[in-house]
Amino acid sequence: METYSLLREFADSWMLLLLFAFFVGMVVWVFRPGSSKAYDDPAGIPFRHDDKPAAARREADAKEA
Amino acid sequence: MTNYIKLIVLGLITLFALIAANYARDLAYLVNALTIALVAGGLFLWTLRHTDEPTRDVDLSGEYFDGVIRAGVIATALWGVVGFLAGTFIAFQLAFPGLNFEWAQGFANFGRLRPLHTSAVIFAFGGNALIATSFYVVQRTSAARLWGGNLAWFVFWGYQLVIVLAATGYLLGATQSKEYAEPEWYVDLWLTVVWLAYLAVFLGTIVKRKEPHIYVANWFYLSFIITVAMLHVVNNLSIPVSIFGSKSVQVFSGVQDAMVQWWYGHNAVGFFLTAGFLGMMYYFVPKQAERPVYSYKLSIIHFWALIFIYIWAGPHHLHYTALPDWAATLGMVFSIILWMPSWGGMINGLMTLSGAWDKLRTDPVIRMMVISIGFYGMSTFEGPMMSIRAVNSLSHYTDWTIGHVHSGALGWNGMITFGALYFLVPKLWNRERLYSLSLVSWHFWLATIGIILYAASMWVTGIMEGLMWREVDANGFLVNSFADTVAAKLPMYVVRGLGGVMFLSGAIVMCYNLWMTVKRSPAVEATNSTVPAE
Repeated sequence: METYSLLREFADSWMLLLLFAFFVGMVVWVFRPGSSKAYDDPAGIPFRHDDKPAAARREADAKEA
Repeated sequence: MTNYIKLIVLGLITLFALIAANYARDLAYLVNALTIALVAGGLFLWTLRHTDEPTRDVDLSGEYFDGVIRAGVIATALWGVVGFLAGTFIAFQLAFPGLNFEWAQGFANFGRLRPLHTSAVIFAFGGNALIATSFYVVQRTSAARLWGGNLAWFVFWGYQLVIVLAATGYLLGATQSKEYAEPEWYVDLWLTVVWLAYLAVFLGTIVKRKEPHIYVANWFYLSFIITVAMLHVVNNLSIPVSIFGSKSVQVFSGVQDAMVQWWYGHNAVGFFLTAGFLGMMYYFVPKQAERPVYSYKLSIIHFWALIFIYIWAGPHHLHYTALPDWAATLGMVFSIILWMPSWGGMINGLMTLSGAWDKLRTDPVIRMMVISIGFYGMSTFEGPMMSIRAVNSLSHYTDWTIGHVHSGALGWNGMITFGALYFLVPKLWNRERLYSLSLVSWHFWLATIGIILYAASMWVTGIMEGLMWREVDANGFLVNSFADTVAAKLPMYVVRGLGGVMFLSGAIVMCYNLWMTVKRSPAVEATNSTVPAE
Protein backbone atom coordinates (compact mmCIF):
# COMPACT_ATOMS: atom_id res chain seq x y z
CA MET A 1 0.00 0.00 0.00
CA GLU A 2 1.33 3.47 -0.76
CA THR A 3 2.33 5.66 2.18
CA TYR A 4 -0.50 8.14 1.73
CA SER A 5 -3.24 5.50 1.77
CA LEU A 6 -1.65 3.75 4.73
CA LEU A 7 -1.40 6.92 6.79
CA ARG A 8 -4.84 8.03 5.71
CA GLU A 9 -6.38 4.72 6.79
CA PHE A 10 -4.58 4.84 10.12
CA ALA A 11 -5.57 8.47 10.69
CA ASP A 12 -9.29 7.98 10.18
CA SER A 13 -9.51 4.75 12.16
CA TRP A 14 -7.23 4.03 15.12
CA MET A 15 -5.83 7.53 15.58
CA LEU A 16 -9.27 9.07 15.42
CA LEU A 17 -10.53 6.57 17.97
CA LEU A 18 -7.55 7.20 20.22
CA LEU A 19 -7.89 10.98 20.17
CA PHE A 20 -11.63 10.80 20.67
CA ALA A 21 -11.26 8.39 23.60
CA PHE A 22 -8.60 10.64 25.14
CA PHE A 23 -10.89 13.65 24.84
CA VAL A 24 -13.93 11.92 26.33
CA GLY A 25 -11.75 10.44 29.04
CA MET A 26 -10.46 13.92 29.88
CA VAL A 27 -13.98 15.30 30.26
CA VAL A 28 -15.03 12.37 32.44
CA TRP A 29 -11.88 12.79 34.54
CA VAL A 30 -12.51 16.48 35.06
CA PHE A 31 -16.01 15.77 36.39
CA ARG A 32 -14.96 12.84 38.60
CA PRO A 33 -16.53 12.86 42.08
CA GLY A 34 -14.76 15.21 44.45
CA SER A 35 -13.07 17.16 41.66
CA SER A 36 -14.58 20.50 42.66
CA LYS A 37 -12.82 20.30 45.99
CA ALA A 38 -9.62 19.04 44.40
CA TYR A 39 -9.47 21.97 41.95
CA ASP A 40 -9.90 24.62 44.64
CA ASP A 41 -6.24 24.37 45.50
CA PRO A 42 -4.78 24.75 41.95
CA ALA A 43 -7.15 27.65 41.28
CA GLY A 44 -5.43 29.54 44.09
CA ILE A 45 -1.90 29.08 42.72
CA PRO A 46 -1.58 32.64 41.33
CA PHE A 47 -2.15 34.05 44.80
CA ARG A 48 0.82 32.32 46.44
CA HIS A 49 4.55 32.95 46.02
CA ASP A 50 4.13 36.40 44.48
CA ASP A 51 7.48 37.78 45.56
CA LYS A 52 9.90 34.89 45.83
CA PRO A 53 10.14 31.17 45.11
CA ALA A 54 9.04 28.60 47.65
CA ALA A 55 11.89 27.82 50.01
CA ALA A 56 12.05 24.05 49.57
CA ARG A 57 9.90 21.28 48.25
CA ARG A 58 9.42 19.81 51.71
CA GLU A 59 7.85 23.01 52.98
CA ALA A 60 5.37 23.13 50.11
CA ASP A 61 4.48 19.49 50.67
CA ALA A 62 4.02 20.11 54.35
CA LYS A 63 1.57 22.90 53.53
CA GLU A 64 -0.32 20.47 51.32
CA ALA A 65 -0.67 17.88 54.06
CA MET B 1 36.69 28.06 30.67
CA THR B 2 33.27 28.56 29.11
CA ASN B 3 34.42 32.02 28.12
CA TYR B 4 37.16 30.52 25.93
CA ILE B 5 34.61 28.34 24.13
CA LYS B 6 32.35 31.37 23.74
CA LEU B 7 35.24 33.38 22.29
CA ILE B 8 36.06 30.67 19.74
CA VAL B 9 32.43 30.33 18.68
CA LEU B 10 31.81 34.07 18.49
CA GLY B 11 35.07 34.60 16.61
CA LEU B 12 34.13 31.94 14.05
CA ILE B 13 30.64 33.39 13.61
CA THR B 14 32.09 36.88 13.08
CA LEU B 15 34.61 35.55 10.58
CA PHE B 16 32.03 33.56 8.64
CA ALA B 17 29.55 36.46 8.66
CA LEU B 18 32.23 38.74 7.20
CA ILE B 19 33.11 36.18 4.51
CA ALA B 20 29.39 35.83 3.78
CA ALA B 21 29.07 39.60 3.51
CA ASN B 22 31.94 39.62 1.05
CA TYR B 23 30.38 36.97 -1.19
CA ALA B 24 26.80 38.18 -0.66
CA ARG B 25 24.60 37.71 -3.72
CA ASP B 26 21.96 40.25 -2.72
CA LEU B 27 21.60 43.41 -0.66
CA ALA B 28 19.36 41.93 2.04
CA TYR B 29 21.80 39.12 2.66
CA LEU B 30 24.70 41.56 2.75
CA VAL B 31 23.04 43.77 5.36
CA ASN B 32 21.95 40.76 7.45
CA ALA B 33 25.45 39.28 7.32
CA LEU B 34 26.96 42.58 8.43
CA THR B 35 24.40 42.79 11.25
CA ILE B 36 25.37 39.32 12.44
CA ALA B 37 29.07 40.19 12.17
CA LEU B 38 28.50 43.34 14.19
CA VAL B 39 26.53 41.54 16.92
CA ALA B 40 28.90 38.57 17.14
CA GLY B 41 31.95 40.81 17.01
CA GLY B 42 30.57 43.07 19.72
CA LEU B 43 29.79 40.08 21.91
CA PHE B 44 33.31 38.77 21.24
CA LEU B 45 34.86 41.98 22.54
CA TRP B 46 32.51 42.11 25.49
CA THR B 47 33.28 38.51 26.45
CA LEU B 48 36.99 39.13 25.97
CA ARG B 49 36.96 42.09 28.35
CA HIS B 50 35.19 40.03 31.01
CA THR B 51 37.30 36.90 30.64
CA ASP B 52 39.36 35.77 33.62
CA GLU B 53 37.60 38.18 35.93
CA PRO B 54 36.79 36.56 39.25
CA THR B 55 33.20 35.31 39.27
CA ARG B 56 31.09 35.45 42.37
CA ASP B 57 28.93 32.42 42.95
CA VAL B 58 25.77 33.86 44.43
CA ASP B 59 22.85 31.61 45.23
CA LEU B 60 19.95 33.25 43.45
CA SER B 61 17.46 30.41 43.87
CA GLY B 62 15.68 32.44 46.56
CA GLU B 63 14.72 35.17 44.08
CA TYR B 64 12.75 35.34 40.87
CA PHE B 65 14.61 36.13 37.63
CA ASP B 66 12.91 39.41 36.76
CA GLY B 67 15.61 41.29 34.84
CA VAL B 68 14.79 39.58 31.57
CA ILE B 69 11.07 40.22 32.13
CA ARG B 70 11.73 43.95 32.63
CA ALA B 71 13.63 43.98 29.34
CA GLY B 72 10.77 42.07 27.72
CA VAL B 73 8.22 44.61 28.96
CA ILE B 74 10.25 47.49 27.51
CA ALA B 75 10.69 45.63 24.20
CA THR B 76 6.96 44.86 24.04
CA ALA B 77 6.00 48.51 24.47
CA LEU B 78 8.61 49.78 21.99
CA TRP B 79 7.94 47.20 19.27
CA GLY B 80 4.23 47.80 19.80
CA VAL B 81 4.61 51.47 18.93
CA VAL B 82 6.83 50.64 15.93
CA GLY B 83 4.34 48.07 14.62
CA PHE B 84 1.29 50.31 15.12
CA LEU B 85 3.11 53.19 13.45
CA ALA B 86 3.98 51.03 10.44
CA GLY B 87 0.38 49.82 10.26
CA THR B 88 -1.05 53.33 10.42
CA PHE B 89 1.34 54.50 7.73
CA ILE B 90 0.50 51.68 5.31
CA ALA B 91 -3.21 52.26 5.98
CA PHE B 92 -2.73 55.81 4.68
CA GLN B 93 -0.62 54.48 1.80
CA LEU B 94 -3.68 52.52 0.70
CA ALA B 95 -5.90 55.57 1.02
CA PHE B 96 -3.41 57.98 -0.57
CA PRO B 97 -1.09 56.11 -2.97
CA GLY B 98 1.14 59.21 -3.18
CA LEU B 99 2.61 58.10 0.14
CA ASN B 100 4.44 55.36 -1.77
CA PHE B 101 7.20 57.91 -2.33
CA GLU B 102 9.10 57.75 -5.58
CA TRP B 103 12.48 58.18 -3.85
CA ALA B 104 11.74 55.21 -1.54
CA GLN B 105 10.49 52.90 -4.29
CA GLY B 106 11.61 49.36 -3.67
CA PHE B 107 12.17 49.96 0.03
CA ALA B 108 9.25 51.75 1.67
CA ASN B 109 6.33 51.05 -0.65
CA PHE B 110 3.28 49.17 0.61
CA GLY B 111 4.50 45.75 -0.50
CA ARG B 112 7.70 46.04 1.54
CA LEU B 113 6.15 47.68 4.59
CA ARG B 114 3.16 45.37 4.93
CA PRO B 115 5.10 42.30 6.15
CA LEU B 116 7.13 44.66 8.34
CA HIS B 117 3.87 45.75 9.98
CA THR B 118 2.39 42.25 10.41
CA SER B 119 5.61 40.76 11.75
CA ALA B 120 6.25 43.74 14.02
CA VAL B 121 2.86 43.54 15.70
CA ILE B 122 2.47 39.74 15.79
CA PHE B 123 6.00 38.56 16.43
CA ALA B 124 7.80 41.58 17.88
CA PHE B 125 5.00 43.07 20.00
CA GLY B 126 3.00 39.88 20.61
CA GLY B 127 6.03 37.60 20.79
CA ASN B 128 7.89 39.74 23.30
CA ALA B 129 4.69 40.05 25.35
CA LEU B 130 4.32 36.27 25.34
CA ILE B 131 7.94 35.58 26.25
CA ALA B 132 7.99 38.18 29.02
CA THR B 133 4.63 37.21 30.55
CA SER B 134 5.32 33.49 30.25
CA PHE B 135 8.58 33.95 32.17
CA TYR B 136 6.72 35.95 34.80
CA VAL B 137 3.79 33.56 35.09
CA VAL B 138 5.76 30.31 35.04
CA GLN B 139 7.95 31.50 37.91
CA ARG B 140 5.08 32.70 40.09
CA THR B 141 2.88 29.68 39.47
CA SER B 142 5.74 27.18 39.84
CA ALA B 143 7.21 28.99 42.85
CA ALA B 144 10.62 28.47 41.27
CA ARG B 145 13.31 30.63 39.67
CA LEU B 146 13.68 30.34 35.87
CA TRP B 147 15.69 27.31 34.85
CA GLY B 148 18.90 27.69 32.89
CA GLY B 149 20.39 30.87 34.32
CA ASN B 150 21.38 33.26 31.54
CA LEU B 151 19.70 31.11 28.90
CA ALA B 152 16.65 33.35 29.39
CA TRP B 153 18.79 36.33 28.34
CA PHE B 154 19.89 34.37 25.28
CA VAL B 155 16.22 33.81 24.41
CA PHE B 156 15.43 37.49 24.81
CA TRP B 157 18.35 38.90 22.80
CA GLY B 158 18.25 36.07 20.27
CA TYR B 159 14.61 36.87 19.61
CA GLN B 160 15.37 40.59 19.16
CA LEU B 161 18.02 39.59 16.61
CA VAL B 162 15.41 37.56 14.72
CA ILE B 163 13.20 40.64 14.62
CA VAL B 164 15.96 42.94 13.39
CA LEU B 165 17.15 40.49 10.72
CA ALA B 166 13.60 39.86 9.52
CA ALA B 167 12.66 43.54 9.46
CA THR B 168 15.73 44.73 7.57
CA GLY B 169 15.39 41.75 5.24
CA TYR B 170 11.78 42.69 4.37
CA LEU B 171 12.70 46.26 3.51
CA LEU B 172 15.55 45.11 1.27
CA GLY B 173 13.50 42.42 -0.45
CA ALA B 174 14.27 39.12 1.30
CA THR B 175 11.02 37.20 1.59
CA GLN B 176 9.86 33.66 0.96
CA SER B 177 6.37 34.99 0.23
CA LYS B 178 4.61 32.97 2.91
CA GLU B 179 2.22 35.08 4.92
CA TYR B 180 3.38 35.52 8.56
CA ALA B 181 6.41 33.33 7.70
CA GLU B 182 8.23 35.72 5.38
CA PRO B 183 11.76 35.53 6.86
CA GLU B 184 14.26 33.65 4.73
CA TRP B 185 16.05 30.43 5.56
CA TYR B 186 18.90 31.65 7.80
CA VAL B 187 16.52 33.70 9.97
CA ASP B 188 14.27 30.62 10.22
CA LEU B 189 17.21 28.51 11.37
CA TRP B 190 18.23 31.06 13.98
CA LEU B 191 14.63 31.36 15.24
CA THR B 192 14.53 27.57 15.62
CA VAL B 193 17.61 27.69 17.87
CA VAL B 194 16.16 30.53 19.95
CA TRP B 195 12.78 28.85 20.20
CA LEU B 196 14.22 25.55 21.42
CA ALA B 197 16.14 27.49 24.08
CA TYR B 198 12.84 29.16 25.04
CA LEU B 199 11.19 25.75 25.31
CA ALA B 200 14.08 24.51 27.47
CA VAL B 201 13.83 27.48 29.86
CA PHE B 202 10.06 27.18 30.17
CA LEU B 203 9.95 23.41 30.51
CA GLY B 204 12.96 23.37 32.85
CA THR B 205 11.17 25.77 35.18
CA ILE B 206 8.04 23.62 35.15
CA VAL B 207 10.08 20.51 35.87
CA LYS B 208 11.67 22.06 38.97
CA ARG B 209 8.42 23.60 40.20
CA LYS B 210 7.56 23.60 43.90
CA GLU B 211 3.80 23.63 43.34
CA PRO B 212 2.62 20.06 42.79
CA HIS B 213 0.04 21.12 40.18
CA ILE B 214 0.88 22.77 36.85
CA TYR B 215 -1.34 25.86 36.72
CA VAL B 216 -3.62 26.06 33.67
CA ALA B 217 -1.91 29.19 32.28
CA ASN B 218 1.29 27.17 31.93
CA TRP B 219 -0.54 24.51 29.92
CA PHE B 220 -1.59 27.15 27.44
CA TYR B 221 1.89 28.70 27.26
CA LEU B 222 3.51 25.29 26.83
CA SER B 223 1.16 24.24 24.04
CA PHE B 224 1.88 27.55 22.32
CA ILE B 225 5.66 27.05 22.52
CA ILE B 226 5.61 23.42 21.34
CA THR B 227 3.09 23.92 18.55
CA VAL B 228 4.80 27.03 17.20
CA ALA B 229 8.08 25.09 17.07
CA MET B 230 6.40 22.34 15.05
CA LEU B 231 4.56 24.74 12.72
CA HIS B 232 7.64 26.86 12.16
CA VAL B 233 9.89 23.94 11.22
CA VAL B 234 7.43 22.25 8.84
CA ASN B 235 6.29 25.40 7.08
CA ASN B 236 9.84 26.65 6.55
CA LEU B 237 11.30 23.51 4.99
CA SER B 238 13.26 25.04 2.15
CA ILE B 239 16.54 24.70 0.32
CA PRO B 240 18.73 27.78 -0.06
CA VAL B 241 19.81 28.51 -3.62
CA SER B 242 23.20 29.54 -2.30
CA ILE B 243 24.65 29.69 1.18
CA PHE B 244 25.69 33.24 0.31
CA GLY B 245 22.25 34.44 -0.76
CA SER B 246 18.88 34.99 0.87
CA LYS B 247 16.80 33.20 -1.77
CA SER B 248 15.48 29.73 -0.98
CA VAL B 249 13.11 27.27 -2.66
CA GLN B 250 10.26 25.60 -0.80
CA VAL B 251 10.32 21.83 -0.46
CA PHE B 252 6.55 21.54 -0.90
CA SER B 253 4.93 22.83 -4.03
CA GLY B 254 1.46 23.54 -5.38
CA VAL B 255 -1.56 22.69 -3.28
CA GLN B 256 0.55 20.87 -0.68
CA ASP B 257 2.52 24.06 -0.15
CA ALA B 258 -0.70 26.05 0.15
CA MET B 259 -2.12 23.61 2.68
CA VAL B 260 1.07 23.57 4.77
CA GLN B 261 1.17 27.37 4.64
CA TRP B 262 -2.39 27.73 5.98
CA TRP B 263 -2.00 24.93 8.44
CA TYR B 264 0.84 27.10 9.72
CA GLY B 265 -0.95 30.40 9.16
CA HIS B 266 -4.13 29.56 10.97
CA ASN B 267 -2.34 27.89 13.84
CA ALA B 268 -0.13 30.95 14.17
CA VAL B 269 -3.46 32.58 15.01
CA GLY B 270 -4.64 29.60 17.05
CA PHE B 271 -1.56 28.94 19.11
CA PHE B 272 0.50 32.13 18.99
CA LEU B 273 -2.32 34.67 19.20
CA THR B 274 -4.88 32.54 21.04
CA ALA B 275 -3.39 29.81 23.24
CA GLY B 276 -0.43 31.93 24.35
CA PHE B 277 -2.59 34.94 25.11
CA LEU B 278 -5.13 32.74 26.92
CA GLY B 279 -2.23 31.83 29.19
CA MET B 280 -2.00 35.55 29.93
CA MET B 281 -5.75 35.74 30.52
CA TYR B 282 -5.75 32.84 32.98
CA TYR B 283 -3.10 34.52 35.11
CA PHE B 284 -3.58 38.27 34.84
CA VAL B 285 -7.38 38.45 34.94
CA PRO B 286 -7.60 36.51 38.24
CA LYS B 287 -4.71 38.57 39.63
CA GLN B 288 -6.22 41.91 38.69
CA ALA B 289 -9.72 40.85 39.83
CA GLU B 290 -8.20 39.38 42.99
CA ARG B 291 -10.25 36.23 42.74
CA PRO B 292 -9.54 32.78 41.30
CA VAL B 293 -10.67 31.79 37.85
CA TYR B 294 -14.45 31.22 37.62
CA SER B 295 -14.26 27.48 36.93
CA TYR B 296 -11.03 25.54 36.99
CA LYS B 297 -12.81 22.52 35.46
CA LEU B 298 -13.95 24.62 32.54
CA SER B 299 -10.41 25.89 32.07
CA ILE B 300 -9.13 22.31 31.65
CA ILE B 301 -11.85 21.44 29.15
CA HIS B 302 -11.20 24.78 27.42
CA PHE B 303 -7.54 23.87 27.02
CA TRP B 304 -7.96 20.38 25.58
CA ALA B 305 -10.90 21.29 23.36
CA LEU B 306 -9.07 24.32 21.98
CA ILE B 307 -5.84 22.54 21.10
CA PHE B 308 -7.63 19.46 19.76
CA ILE B 309 -9.79 21.46 17.39
CA TYR B 310 -7.72 24.48 16.36
CA ILE B 311 -5.07 22.43 14.57
CA TRP B 312 -7.67 21.32 11.94
CA ALA B 313 -9.12 24.71 11.04
CA GLY B 314 -6.49 25.81 8.50
CA PRO B 315 -8.13 24.61 5.25
CA HIS B 316 -10.90 27.22 5.58
CA HIS B 317 -8.35 29.66 4.10
CA LEU B 318 -8.45 27.65 0.86
CA HIS B 319 -12.14 27.49 -0.12
CA TYR B 320 -12.69 27.40 -3.88
CA THR B 321 -9.06 26.51 -4.61
CA ALA B 322 -7.27 23.39 -5.88
CA LEU B 323 -7.58 21.95 -2.36
CA PRO B 324 -9.99 18.99 -2.41
CA ASP B 325 -13.49 19.85 -1.25
CA TRP B 326 -13.44 17.33 1.59
CA ALA B 327 -10.37 19.02 3.10
CA ALA B 328 -11.94 22.47 2.87
CA THR B 329 -15.15 21.12 4.39
CA LEU B 330 -13.18 19.51 7.21
CA GLY B 331 -11.54 22.85 7.97
CA MET B 332 -14.89 24.60 7.87
CA VAL B 333 -16.56 22.10 10.22
CA PHE B 334 -13.74 22.28 12.73
CA SER B 335 -13.79 26.09 12.57
CA ILE B 336 -17.46 26.04 13.49
CA ILE B 337 -16.95 23.54 16.32
CA LEU B 338 -14.31 25.96 17.64
CA TRP B 339 -17.12 28.27 18.69
CA MET B 340 -17.69 26.14 21.75
CA PRO B 341 -14.24 26.10 23.37
CA SER B 342 -13.69 29.73 22.39
CA TRP B 343 -16.87 30.90 24.04
CA GLY B 344 -16.33 28.56 26.97
CA GLY B 345 -13.02 30.30 27.55
CA MET B 346 -14.58 33.72 27.11
CA ILE B 347 -17.27 32.90 29.68
CA ASN B 348 -14.62 31.59 32.05
CA GLY B 349 -12.63 34.81 31.74
CA LEU B 350 -15.60 37.14 32.07
CA MET B 351 -17.25 35.24 34.93
CA THR B 352 -14.00 35.44 36.90
CA LEU B 353 -15.28 38.93 37.65
CA SER B 354 -18.58 37.70 39.09
CA GLY B 355 -18.92 39.32 42.48
CA ALA B 356 -16.32 41.92 41.51
CA TRP B 357 -18.09 43.69 38.66
CA ASP B 358 -17.89 46.96 40.59
CA LYS B 359 -14.14 46.96 39.79
CA LEU B 360 -15.09 47.83 36.22
CA ARG B 361 -16.10 51.26 37.48
CA THR B 362 -12.98 51.95 39.47
CA ASP B 363 -10.19 50.02 37.77
CA PRO B 364 -9.43 50.91 34.14
CA VAL B 365 -6.90 48.06 33.93
CA ILE B 366 -9.56 45.42 34.54
CA ARG B 367 -11.78 47.29 32.09
CA MET B 368 -9.06 46.79 29.51
CA MET B 369 -8.88 43.07 30.24
CA VAL B 370 -12.65 42.68 30.09
CA ILE B 371 -12.95 44.44 26.75
CA SER B 372 -10.15 42.26 25.42
CA ILE B 373 -12.12 39.15 26.39
CA GLY B 374 -15.17 40.75 24.79
CA PHE B 375 -13.26 41.21 21.54
CA TYR B 376 -12.00 37.64 21.84
CA GLY B 377 -15.62 36.47 21.96
CA MET B 378 -16.58 38.71 19.08
CA SER B 379 -13.79 37.68 16.73
CA THR B 380 -14.16 33.99 17.60
CA PHE B 381 -17.79 34.36 16.56
CA GLU B 382 -16.95 36.22 13.39
CA GLY B 383 -14.16 33.83 12.36
CA PRO B 384 -16.20 30.60 12.25
CA MET B 385 -18.96 32.47 10.45
CA MET B 386 -16.52 33.64 7.78
CA SER B 387 -15.14 30.11 7.42
CA ILE B 388 -18.51 28.84 6.15
CA ARG B 389 -18.06 28.31 2.42
CA ALA B 390 -21.04 30.43 1.36
CA VAL B 391 -20.05 33.36 3.58
CA ASN B 392 -16.44 32.97 2.51
CA SER B 393 -17.40 33.32 -1.14
CA LEU B 394 -18.43 36.86 -0.26
CA SER B 395 -15.80 37.74 2.34
CA HIS B 396 -12.64 36.16 0.93
CA TYR B 397 -10.09 38.53 -0.64
CA THR B 398 -12.06 41.52 0.69
CA ASP B 399 -11.26 43.93 3.50
CA TRP B 400 -13.71 42.11 5.75
CA THR B 401 -10.90 39.63 6.43
CA ILE B 402 -8.55 42.44 7.40
CA GLY B 403 -11.22 43.88 9.69
CA HIS B 404 -11.69 40.49 11.33
CA VAL B 405 -7.97 40.03 11.90
CA HIS B 406 -7.70 43.47 13.47
CA SER B 407 -10.66 43.11 15.80
CA GLY B 408 -8.88 40.02 17.08
CA ALA B 409 -5.36 41.40 17.07
CA LEU B 410 -6.03 44.94 18.30
CA GLY B 411 -8.99 44.07 20.49
CA TRP B 412 -8.02 40.75 22.02
CA ASN B 413 -4.21 40.55 21.78
CA GLY B 414 -3.53 44.26 22.08
CA MET B 415 -5.86 44.97 24.99
CA ILE B 416 -4.90 41.91 27.07
CA THR B 417 -1.24 42.80 26.54
CA PHE B 418 -1.84 46.41 27.62
CA GLY B 419 -3.64 45.09 30.70
CA ALA B 420 -0.73 42.77 31.49
CA LEU B 421 1.81 45.61 31.00
CA TYR B 422 -0.15 47.86 33.38
CA PHE B 423 -0.15 45.02 35.88
CA LEU B 424 3.52 44.13 35.45
CA VAL B 425 5.31 47.48 35.45
CA PRO B 426 4.51 48.46 39.06
CA LYS B 427 5.33 44.92 40.23
CA LEU B 428 8.59 44.60 38.32
CA TRP B 429 9.94 48.03 39.20
CA ASN B 430 8.70 47.72 42.77
CA ARG B 431 6.28 50.62 42.56
CA GLU B 432 3.22 51.10 44.73
CA ARG B 433 0.90 51.92 41.84
CA LEU B 434 0.68 53.23 38.30
CA TYR B 435 1.59 56.88 37.68
CA SER B 436 -1.87 57.83 36.45
CA LEU B 437 -5.12 55.89 36.23
CA SER B 438 -6.80 58.61 34.18
CA LEU B 439 -4.13 58.13 31.51
CA VAL B 440 -5.06 54.43 31.50
CA SER B 441 -8.66 55.51 30.90
CA TRP B 442 -7.49 57.73 28.05
CA HIS B 443 -5.62 54.80 26.57
CA PHE B 444 -8.66 52.59 26.99
CA TRP B 445 -11.02 54.92 25.14
CA LEU B 446 -8.55 55.89 22.42
CA ALA B 447 -7.85 52.23 21.70
CA THR B 448 -11.48 51.11 21.90
CA ILE B 449 -12.82 53.84 19.63
CA GLY B 450 -9.88 53.27 17.29
CA ILE B 451 -10.73 49.57 16.98
CA ILE B 452 -14.41 50.30 16.42
CA LEU B 453 -13.59 52.77 13.63
CA TYR B 454 -11.26 50.18 12.13
CA ALA B 455 -13.59 47.18 12.31
CA ALA B 456 -16.72 49.06 11.25
CA SER B 457 -15.09 50.67 8.21
CA MET B 458 -13.66 47.32 7.13
CA TRP B 459 -17.05 45.62 7.42
CA VAL B 460 -18.60 48.25 5.22
CA THR B 461 -15.84 48.33 2.63
CA GLY B 462 -15.38 44.55 2.66
CA ILE B 463 -19.00 43.65 2.07
CA MET B 464 -19.37 46.47 -0.42
CA GLU B 465 -16.38 45.31 -2.42
CA GLY B 466 -17.49 41.67 -2.26
CA LEU B 467 -20.93 42.60 -3.60
CA MET B 468 -19.44 44.84 -6.30
CA TRP B 469 -17.13 42.06 -7.50
CA ARG B 470 -19.96 39.60 -8.01
CA GLU B 471 -22.48 42.04 -9.51
CA VAL B 472 -23.50 41.06 -13.08
CA ASP B 473 -25.87 42.75 -15.50
CA ALA B 474 -28.79 41.19 -17.36
CA ASN B 475 -26.45 39.73 -19.96
CA GLY B 476 -24.16 38.14 -17.36
CA PHE B 477 -21.32 40.67 -17.73
CA LEU B 478 -19.54 42.00 -14.67
CA VAL B 479 -20.77 45.49 -13.82
CA ASN B 480 -17.74 46.84 -11.95
CA SER B 481 -14.10 46.94 -12.85
CA PHE B 482 -11.58 46.39 -10.06
CA ALA B 483 -10.66 50.07 -10.15
CA ASP B 484 -14.32 50.97 -9.46
CA THR B 485 -14.19 49.10 -6.16
CA VAL B 486 -10.91 50.79 -5.24
CA ALA B 487 -12.39 54.23 -5.86
CA ALA B 488 -15.51 53.39 -3.83
CA LYS B 489 -13.41 52.37 -0.84
CA LEU B 490 -11.58 55.67 -0.29
CA PRO B 491 -13.77 57.10 2.52
CA MET B 492 -13.61 53.86 4.50
CA TYR B 493 -9.85 53.71 4.06
CA VAL B 494 -9.52 57.17 5.54
CA VAL B 495 -11.69 56.18 8.52
CA ARG B 496 -9.58 53.05 9.00
CA GLY B 497 -6.42 55.16 9.01
CA LEU B 498 -7.93 57.47 11.64
CA GLY B 499 -8.79 54.44 13.77
CA GLY B 500 -5.13 53.45 13.52
CA VAL B 501 -4.04 56.93 14.58
CA MET B 502 -6.22 56.66 17.69
CA PHE B 503 -4.93 53.21 18.57
CA LEU B 504 -1.34 54.39 18.09
CA SER B 505 -1.86 57.49 20.25
CA GLY B 506 -3.30 55.27 22.97
CA ALA B 507 -0.16 53.14 22.90
CA ILE B 508 2.04 56.25 23.14
CA VAL B 509 0.00 57.45 26.13
CA MET B 510 0.65 54.04 27.69
CA CYS B 511 4.41 54.28 27.11
CA TYR B 512 4.46 57.72 28.78
CA ASN B 513 2.40 56.42 31.69
CA LEU B 514 4.62 53.37 32.20
CA TRP B 515 7.77 55.49 31.93
CA MET B 516 6.46 57.91 34.56
CA THR B 517 5.42 54.97 36.75
CA VAL B 518 9.02 53.83 36.88
CA LYS B 519 10.38 57.39 37.28
CA ARG B 520 7.87 59.04 39.59
CA SER B 521 5.61 56.58 41.40
CA PRO B 522 6.50 55.96 45.03
CA ALA B 523 8.40 52.74 45.66
CA VAL B 524 6.85 49.99 47.69
CA GLU B 525 8.08 50.38 51.23
CA ALA B 526 10.25 47.50 52.34
CA THR B 527 8.42 46.65 55.55
CA ASN B 528 8.73 42.89 55.40
CA SER B 529 11.04 40.20 54.21
CA THR B 530 8.91 39.23 51.21
CA VAL B 531 10.37 42.01 49.08
CA PRO B 532 13.05 40.58 46.80
CA ALA B 533 16.54 41.54 47.83
CA GLU B 534 17.54 42.82 44.40
